[in-house]
Amino acid sequence: MSLKRSKNGRSITSPWIAEGKKYELPISDAVLDMQGRDRTTAKQIGWQIAFIAGLLGLLYYSAVVSEIDLFELLEGGSTMGEYISRYFPPDFTDSASYLDDIIETIGMGIWGTLLAVIFAAPLAIFASANLCPVWIVQPTRRLLDAMRAINEIVFALVFVVAVGLGPFAGVMAIFVHTTGILGKLFSEAIENIEVGPIEGVRATGASKFQEILFGVIPQVIPLWISYTLYRFESNVRSATVLGIVGAGGIGVSLYQSFRSFDYTKVCAILIILIISVGLIDAGSAWLRKRFI
Amino acid sequence: MIEYSGNLQRVVTAVVSVEQKRQASHRLAHQPAVTITHLSKAFKGIPALQKVSLTVQTGEMVALVGASGSGKSTLLRTINGLQLAEKGEVKIFDTSLQNNGQLYSKSRHLRSQVGFIFQQFNLVNRLSVLENVLIGHLSQISSFRSTFRLFTKAEKTRALAALDRVGILTQAYKRAALLSGGQQQRVAIARCLMQGAQIVLADEPIASLDPESARRVMELLVDLNQERGLTVITSLHQVQMVRFYCDRSVALREGVVQFDGRTAELDDNRLSRIYGAAAEELVQRGHAEIFSS
Repeated sequence: MSLKRSKNGRSITSPWIAEGKKYELPISDAVLDMQGRDRTTAKQIGWQIAFIAGLLGLLYYSAVVSEIDLFELLEGGSTMGEYISRYFPPDFTDSASYLDDIIETIGMGIWGTLLAVIFAAPLAIFASANLCPVWIVQPTRRLLDAMRAINEIVFALVFVVAVGLGPFAGVMAIFVHTTGILGKLFSEAIENIEVGPIEGVRATGASKFQEILFGVIPQVIPLWISYTLYRFESNVRSATVLGIVGAGGIGVSLYQSFRSFDYTKVCAILIILIISVGLIDAGSAWLRKRFI
Repeated sequence: MIEYSGNLQRVVTAVVSVEQKRQASHRLAHQPAVTITHLSKAFKGIPALQKVSLTVQTGEMVALVGASGSGKSTLLRTINGLQLAEKGEVKIFDTSLQNNGQLYSKSRHLRSQVGFIFQQFNLVNRLSVLENVLIGHLSQISSFRSTFRLFTKAEKTRALAALDRVGILTQAYKRAALLSGGQQQRVAIARCLMQGAQIVLADEPIASLDPESARRVMELLVDLNQERGLTVITSLHQVQMVRFYCDRSVALREGVVQFDGRTAELDDNRLSRIYGAAAEELVQRGHAEIFSS
């Protein structure tokens, strides 16, 4: 047994640690009794196995219905290579108009998100079980569910009929869908706050509305900003697709180039998209840091 | 009484002179600040308060004594209506706040006369110290002004004066979360001053503090009690603290008042008669050591 010694001669490593030993802890009857109460039974293990088997079955079934086929992917590999080569070199001749489209797309994202935040904030308060009674919470949550359940594209089809072709239909589609998402995320943030500060505000004689403004909002604001910026990024991506159904944005040019087999133009649009989404990503990360 | 305080708040711009306050406390003297009659409350069938009756005169400093779970917190929280009792009545300056489980319509206005200090401070961490103090004034301002956090210069000056009184003026523009526990508790006291509270209820105000901070917070409460005639009701679980700072104490056990009188009469014998072996917890725990020397 060798002990390391520090400069002043005292041992700095105990013999137990040096030899990798652990000291004994007394095992009382109470400990043994507690051990006897361990309820992990064969029945529990059986349930766990059944659960895993069920999960595997579900995965297999969903692979079958979605026609996942490795062989097809491998066979298609050679033709894929040839097909992808048709995308190059990218054709930037129309890039001025693509830039306009991108700006329009981002504008759709900004307004869709902004309107959604304005409506999601009050809805989130009504959907929070720690602030509102159940008869307000449940209907509000179902409303948010409905908004979330329907994809932007479907809403876009509806709004194209209602307000006509163009980016405004896209803004409305993004707005409604995002309200559903942000409303849910915002209310989850509210349900996780501390009650102490709210009581502190309440104890001064403040009204319910003031309790929310001073006790709730300051606690959730960092998360709310984070969620909003994240949704803004996603909404710009969604806005690029909405053009396919005529709801404005870069999607219109993208879809037209696809249909006329101008793959080099498609490639140019995709490159511009990747760059702008990357820029937005960096920008919102910077914003988030400033706010939190 | 309420009308008078309302006027007071209007008259007050920055700091109310001590003289004015003395007059105020003179007018309030010899009138019960808090009157509790036959208050009962249970949580899931377990009684927390059982027919508690208690009168606290204006300007008194009263300690609620008892081990954890004896009903101190519940009693304090029912006094300002944060909690509803099932039976009994609470009156603040002769105006009913709650009666048999019903909160009176003016309860919010009454509550604004009563400051509350929590064990965990309950400040809004992400707001500045100053904003936390300004929260004490919310009951006096419109929803519109609160939405945009529009406080007048006079209000801000008063909040700063309150911070000055509790000795942390220099921290005014920091975030509340950055302050130490003792400082946060003093912000909470400044919030009560901002309210213009005549009564301060303190629920274990020093249980989360180190001995030195605890001493400063208790001394601040005593000072305010003496110079402003503020009525202070505080729960404390260390008897040493009670003996040091409070003339009158009320001992609770399982929600029943076991003793109500001068602290001097609440000696160790009496404590062990009330609490049995549990009395040790009250005498020996916490910051007691700095007072026993």
